[in-house]
Amino acid sequence: MRPGSLLLDGRARFGVAVIALAILVAAGAPWLAVDPVAQGDVVATRFRPPLSTGPTGTFHLLGTDRFGRDVWARLAHGARISLTVGFLAVLLSVAIGTIIGAVAGFWRGRISVALLGLTDFALALPRVVLLLLLASLWQPSAVLVIVVLGLTGWMTIARLVHGEVRALAERPFVESAVALGVTAPRVLLRHVLPNALTPVIVAAALGVGNAIMLEAGLSFLGLGVQPPTPSWGNLIASGRDTLVNAPWVATAPGVALVLVVVAATLLGDALRDRLDPGHEPRVAGREA
Amino acid sequence: MLRALLSRALVGLAVVGGVVTLMFFLIRLAPGDPALLLVGPTASPEQIESQRRSLGLDQPLPEQYATWVGRFVRGDWGTSIATGRSVAAMIAEAWPATVRLVGLSLLLSYVLGILVGAIQATLGGRLDTTLSVISVTLFALPGYWLGLMLVMVFTYWARALPAFGAAGFDADFLTGWSRIADRLRHLALPLLTLTLIGIGGTARFVRGAMLDVGRAPHVAVARAKGLPATQVTFRHVLRNALIPVLTLLGLSLPALFSGAVFIEAIFAWPGVGRIMVEAVGARDYPVIMAATAVSATLVVAGNLAAEALTAWADPRLRSEQRSGANA
Repeated sequence: MRPGSLLLDGRARFGVAVIALAILVAAGAPWLAVDPVAQGDVVATRFRPPLSTGPTGTFHLLGTDRFGRDVWARLAHGARISLTVGFLAVLLSVAIGTIIGAVAGFWRGRISVALLGLTDFALALPRVVLLLLLASLWQPSAVLVIVVLGLTGWMTIARLVHGEVRALAERPFVESAVALGVTAPRVLLRHVLPNALTPVIVAAALGVGNAIMLEAGLSFLGLGVQPPTPSWGNLIASGRDTLVNAPWVATAPGVALVLVVVAATLLGDALRDRLDPGHEPRVAGREA
Repeated sequence: MLRALLSRALVGLAVVGGVVTLMFFLIRLAPGDPALLLVGPTASPEQIESQRRSLGLDQPLPEQYATWVGRFVRGDWGTSIATGRSVAAMIAEAWPATVRLVGLSLLLSYVLGILVGAIQATLGGRLDTTLSVISVTLFALPGYWLGLMLVMVFTYWARALPAFGAAGFDADFLTGWSRIADRLRHLALPLLTLTLIGIGGTARFVRGAMLDVGRAPHVAVARAKGLPATQVTFRHVLRNALIPVLTLLGLSLPALFSGAVFIEAIFAWPGVGRIMVEAVGARDYPVIMAATAVSATLVVAGNLAAEALTAWADPRLRSEQRSGANA
């Protein structure tokens, strides 16, 4: 597939544009926005509405919160944490899922049965319950959230990879590689896996949105990234108490979150329609 | 058929057992000591030790596990470390609230979601595009945030609906219709939150499933026979598209229960999810274990029900299982 042809799809254009913008904002946060923890005179600077100018002449695009902190600055800095956590968590799930799925699909027999059983079992676990437990029993941090999301999100990927690898292992080009005396791990790595990764790309695109949403959910409950470090989830949580005085504090990070998740979903949809015409319908459940 | 279901039920039981065992060891491996939380930071080492002994935490882990399993299956779920109340009573009070919320939202989101998805797949065009944008946005809404936004609009601005709990403070003094009205008003916002998200997901799925079935040869045959369009849509497309939807129903149950945890936390809904969040914070081992067991059981039972429904709805599966059982 040429990369250009994907951009003919309106959904993909929207998805790429929004995600690129979010990454730009996250990367450029220190230059685009003033220091998110800078505080002046709290009483004078707090609860400034969006598009207003503070007493010292600072322009507040999205207003200020109850400590007089600039919401746009916190949103931009929060994007760094939220996006990093989302992408790394999905990367971890993809790694685990690909390894388990590939091994289970390539080597039949007891290993395969055991790994598939493990996958089914993990799929039946109530993910958020597990997240709650793990995140609250250990000291909450961004790294813990990444590990926990990664460890609870690999099952769909494992199933997809298993199906693909199993089908590919019977194809003539794989048989001929085996007949030529190529070692099994090399056949798997060089001949089978590269051809099995298409649905993984799609699942990963869709997974990023879900992971960002779950990170925000955990941080919202106080079990994820800890304030004062801003993440979109704890920004929403901090705006919860000021819904009446300053509704923009909770609204802005939520809108950003929804935009990024919609973008990831649409990009995933477009990718799937391009790469994988005979796809299986996907699970509609989502967890936050 | 029955035998297949029975064996699935056994597998489900094993899954519940596995989940519970995993949780048991995970929470005990984690740092944090409930005895310490209970006696407070000024307690002497002897006090902590005696508290640990009375909670049974001084025993070796496998022994604690065996004791716990033995008591649990006999219905003795212990007392909450944090509240001192019987865990069984706490759970018994909480689970109907969760089932009421999740069950109603499941029903509404599937009925409305199937309707919206079917309209999209049948009519197409601009309406389909508009509804697609709406459903993908609904699907992307985080429940905790949507809940806050609805509270902002309906509670703080419109002052129309309550934002917390399952009943008003005066609920015990209300009778008849006013009591029911009070209940419904409290249910409205959490239910709306869960259902809006559910409609988005279901509509997306049903639309895709119907478009897939619409390309099948039997639909082309039905059209070629000159059957009226409505009959083709309902008899030939929708009915077949609903089979994967039933499977989805089972698969989405864990997600729905998970989502309900956030919603219960936001709206202070007195369900299993809220108990879980509170117990986790307090290292309340007996409550965490019981809540885990109950939610795992609900999820597994829901999956089984969905599987049975799928088998009942799809004649191909029915005959496969019959021939499988005979072989």
